[in-house]
Amino acid sequence: MFRKAANQLLNLVAFLSISLAIGGMGWILGTVLCNGSNVLSWDFITASSKPYGEPGAGVGNALLGTIIMTTGATLLAVPPALVGGIYLAEFGKHSKPADALRFCANAMMGVPSILVGLFVYALLVIPSGNFSGLAGTVALAIIMLPVIMRTTEDMLLMVPNAMRESALALGMSRMRTTLCIVARCARNGLATGVLLSLARVSGETAPLLFTALFADSWPVNFFTGPTASTPVLITEYTTNSPFESMHAMGWGAALLMTIFILTINITTRCIFHENRH
Amino acid sequence: MKTDIKISARNINFYYGKNQVLFNNNLDIHANRITAVIGPSGCGKSTHLRIYNRIFELYRNQKATGELILDGKNILAPGIDLLQLRHRVGMIFQKPTPFPMSIADNVAYPLRLHYHLNRKEQAERVEQALRSASLWDEVKDKLHTSGMALSGGQQQRLCIARALAAEPEVLLMDEPTSAIDPVATLRIEELVQNLKKQYTIVIVTHNMQQAARISDRTAFFYKGRIVEEGETSRIFTNPTHKQTEDYITGRFG
Repeated sequence: MFRKAANQLLNLVAFLSISLAIGGMGWILGTVLCNGSNVLSWDFITASSKPYGEPGAGVGNALLGTIIMTTGATLLAVPPALVGGIYLAEFGKHSKPADALRFCANAMMGVPSILVGLFVYALLVIPSGNFSGLAGTVALAIIMLPVIMRTTEDMLLMVPNAMRESALALGMSRMRTTLCIVARCARNGLATGVLLSLARVSGETAPLLFTALFADSWPVNFFTGPTASTPVLITEYTTNSPFESMHAMGWGAALLMTIFILTINITTRCIFHENRH
Repeated sequence: MKTDIKISARNINFYYGKNQVLFNNNLDIHANRITAVIGPSGCGKSTHLRIYNRIFELYRNQKATGELILDGKNILAPGIDLLQLRHRVGMIFQKPTPFPMSIADNVAYPLRLHYHLNRKEQAERVEQALRSASLWDEVKDKLHTSGMALSGGQQQRLCIARALAAEPEVLLMDEPTSAIDPVATLRIEELVQNLKKQYTIVIVTHNMQQAARISDRTAFFYKGRIVEEGETSRIFTNPTHKQTEDYITGRFG
């Protein structure tokens, strides 16, 4: 009798927790969809943002800025992150330098992103005298680096040692074994790590406020001038503006951002669950 | 018939960190014979085998001392070219480990590593290796599908084909049938017996019947020491040591 009651109670609790989680997500998606969908149009996506009051404003420059900055950050972060992850998993293991590197990576993952922004502000923005898309890119790359490095290590460690031994036993060098066999076995995991960190930084706002800032123009001055990005646009339009039409545009941009990140997450899942080879 | 000694292990000791697991192993491996290494779990037979191609060196804390003479040369000495050693001494592992690539590419991998062949020669050598591993007839129509899609027994024969493609002189087999069903095991045993014409084979096995069925010589390991070794027929009918007799009659192990 008691067992049955306990079982039903637990089932109820589980059901409520699931409803809360799904309901919460549904609520967020619903709000973004409701508030954002009525401004969506082709012009909204393709036109540049403009100062308040000018007709034909869109968020195209911010979308493009985000794409350029996240792509650039990925290109900057992935090579050293992969090298670092391979070193940690295959060569350094638990040697002193490897432990030191792992400790630094863990510490960097815990650093609030606003501090990374501040750091790049001091490193690039102040010496050069201007905000730039490049500085934003560097800030995002610094955030990505430790995340990809650690996922690379974890994914390589999931490859069984038997695979390494078989490759070595055929007369392959350690380097070739690592790059051609082990990394190949782990390639879905590696791609997943890169895509997830890309999805994460594409929504970062704080580091960009100090580095790329914002501009009502296309990112033509990427290297020398303030560059628009979607998260900063959302922040500015929805919280720093008294105008109803700008709030709506902010919601529209938020909806596009949500779609973008959802797409990456779903793609990642598909890659990860796809049968190996 | 004259017997050549292909490998001679002399005073081999082995350590995992400070923990010694092999004690003063002496063993001669005869050329073109199948030598079975038997003994209870944890007695050091796999460890012993893993010295022959120095694969243990992947792990930082493992160390071997003594001499391992392959064709007159001590391969444990410094300055040995490990890649060349492993080209000469191939190895098959307990669990099949096909690489995540097609069947043909799996077998072609060691070819690309050690030989410069044109496409035609390479395709021939791939076929030859798959035939030697008696896998050709089952896979000839799907050479470009993934090696990981094969059954366990087929995967293990693919790994044998891959090892044979490099044309080693010695083939080490570390419990090659322990993860495989009885029918596939039988096929691999037949295959191993055919291979001894060309290769010197050392096979570690848990299965005493298997050792009796396929090997010419047997070495019995117990707690890191070689208790007894000699012709398989003698070891199984007339062992000189009590421990050997107890083990092969199933009293322990």
